[in-house]
Amino acid sequence: MAQITLIEGVTLALARAMKEDPSVVVLGEDVGVNGGVFRATAGLQQEFGDERVIDTPLAEVMIAGMTVGMATQGMKPVAEAQFCGFTMPMVDHLMCHAGRMRNRTRGRLSCPMVLRFPTGGGIHAPEHHSESPEALFAQMPGLRVVMPSSPSRAYGLMLAAIRDPDPVIFMEPKRIYRWQKEDVIDDGEELPLDVCFTLRDGSDLTLVTWGAMIKETLQAADQLEQQGISVEVIDVATISPLDMDTIIESVSRTGRCVIVQEAPRHCSVASEIAASLADAGIFDLLAPVKRVCGYDTVMPLYRNEMKYMPSVRRIVHAAQQVLEVS
Amino acid sequence: MARTVAAFKVDHFQFLGSDGKLLDGQQVPALARDFERLTELYKLMVLTRTFDKKAVALQRTGKLGTYASCLGHEAAHIAIGASMQEEDCFAPMYREYGAQFCRGVKMSDVLLYWGGDERGNDFSGPKHDFAWCVPIATQCLHAAGAAMAYKLRQEPRVAVSVVGDGGSSKGDFLEAINAASAWKLPLVLVIVNNQWAISVPRSKQNNAATLAQKGIAGGLPSIQVDGNDLIACLWAMDKAVTAARQGKGAFVIEMMTYRLSDHTTADDARRYRPQDEVDDAWDHEPIARLRRYLIDQQVWDDEREQTLLEESAETVQQAADEYLDIVANKPQPVTAMFDYMYAELPHDLAEQRAYAEEFPEDGGHH
Ligand SMILES: Cc1ncc(C[n+]2csc(CCOP(=O)(O)OP(=O)(O)O)c2C)c(N)n1
Ligand SMILES: [Mg+2]
Repeated sequence: MAQITLIEGVTLALARAMKEDPSVVVLGEDVGVNGGVFRATAGLQQEFGDERVIDTPLAEVMIAGMTVGMATQGMKPVAEAQFCGFTMPMVDHLMCHAGRMRNRTRGRLSCPMVLRFPTGGGIHAPEHHSESPEALFAQMPGLRVVMPSSPSRAYGLMLAAIRDPDPVIFMEPKRIYRWQKEDVIDDGEELPLDVCFTLRDGSDLTLVTWGAMIKETLQAADQLEQQGISVEVIDVATISPLDMDTIIESVSRTGRCVIVQEAPRHCSVASEIAASLADAGIFDLLAPVKRVCGYDTVMPLYRNEMKYMPSVRRIVHAAQQVLEVS
Repeated sequence: MARTVAAFKVDHFQFLGSDGKLLDGQQVPALARDFERLTELYKLMVLTRTFDKKAVALQRTGKLGTYASCLGHEAAHIAIGASMQEEDCFAPMYREYGAQFCRGVKMSDVLLYWGGDERGNDFSGPKHDFAWCVPIATQCLHAAGAAMAYKLRQEPRVAVSVVGDGGSSKGDFLEAINAASAWKLPLVLVIVNNQWAISVPRSKQNNAATLAQKGIAGGLPSIQVDGNDLIACLWAMDKAVTAARQGKGAFVIEMMTYRLSDHTTADDARRYRPQDEVDDAWDHEPIARLRRYLIDQQVWDDEREQTLLEESAETVQQAADEYLDIVANKPQPVTAMFDYMYAELPHDLAEQRAYAEEFPEDGGHH
């Protein structure tokens, strides 16, 4: 057992999966000798060789298209996009092929691939390195969309993503890549890809979030606890398919819900959760469901990026607003 | 029986050796004797390198964000900028500051951009030029589109774009070649081949002998030049830009140079690149050889060099001070992220803008 960070959880799972299954290969720009620009694939090429940890030419369409091709032919490719912003050229292959391979061939072909990449802002990165495009991928039928928020969930969910028989978009919240260390046992145990994780039990209010906003959300929960409010915190973890049962069960107990996300609000995952809560017709709801989100603007360059992102203060403020309604 | 239906060759041009001497047995272009132009451009190369060093120092001391150095690319970049007219259009990637300085972009603009301030992208210089372009190779198609606009309006203007050895693997670059060939566009595509795409060496991009031949495959005249030889770079650019302006179509130029720095300040090239390769590359870098040539021609000397270094340091320091003053004393308000989203702010964004104004110190809304 070792104390590891979220990014090391990813690396550990990749190494484990590659040991277990010779059809698993890792590919992407700078993933080999360099071990990835964030070091997520550090040491893997030394361990598994350059035919299983493949430095690709600089071409995202090629990476996505070939990953689809390899996956249909018995390989389990785990492709990396260097940053969220550079997944955009890959959308063609994800939307038009990966997500519908099984359906359009009536199960004759399938696409057991993983596309993993760092997502979100807050590390003073250059332009196009800090977006939160999870809603875009969640809109694509046939894909699973996963975002871990702790070292152990990174490990367990990555293993599940690789073993899953269908395509998985694995988004890594880079702002918390090295935020926390946790004991993770490399036992090959995967975590389920279709459930939310309740991180903290409470009875007055449910805070729902995922990815790096876990950090601010837990801090907000601490502040609210100090004010005597009992807060339940849910990490969504898997965005597609969305485990609404856990969220609905929690909100029907607490009667209040604030959803926190870094992404823009319009047509977002937070909106989907809020809409599903409305759909569920929770008669125990005591206040309107609130969303605390990034603005519906382009992610600003780094000097203003923290002004874009939801702060602890905004989350607490929203929580107090829903708590005032009785 | 087979007959050859197409054959190609790629010429490599170099006039100035690494030792600063003109290569023997070559016809040397007239511009090799245009000492006024060459010394002006030499000064810009030195200024660019001085700027680059300062920018890295600012990053290292926490005053600038991630920065992409242009160390070693000065001849290539300055030749690109110097060959263009103001009305031409430049679509850069992210490290061609030398070309941009030729076009009137200010050093403080560059610092603002890498300093995380949007006003850097609203730079001085031609208002029709494109901003820096991080999504690799996409700029090539924007330049092709600009060239299309000039062609359709029958304006004698040229679009110039730059791509790296890595970027030349992307479809955007190949599609720009194809479009320029199909429509005979006034476009010059420059591959600045600095041998590395972050940690991936040129040899891993593909097995082609040159990158220039990708242009030939698409039907464009294409050449390779020594990218550390200002005379060769400038000669090739002048030729290509002039031909494009005269309606003769597009051109691909591969400039062979070397990235003497880390990829960016966020990178550590020692992880993947042997130091002796870098040491060797220093023997061929562009500034020393041009200086030697100019000194041999008796149009440059140590005294002028000393003055140039002092003046460059002063100019760069002023730019750094200007940048630091702007970010310290005139920061962009939080509302800046809303104000250029649309020509007219839609009502939902106006609401968010008002909210942000009310809580300027932290983000989020509900
Ligand atoms: C579409 C896209 N993919 C990946 C990246 C990340 N990235 C930034 S620079 C770079 C390497 C570029 O190499 P090259 O084209 O040779 O240009 P150089 O930086 O060497 O000048 C990569 C992979 C990016 N910016 N855009
Ligand atoms: Mg390069």
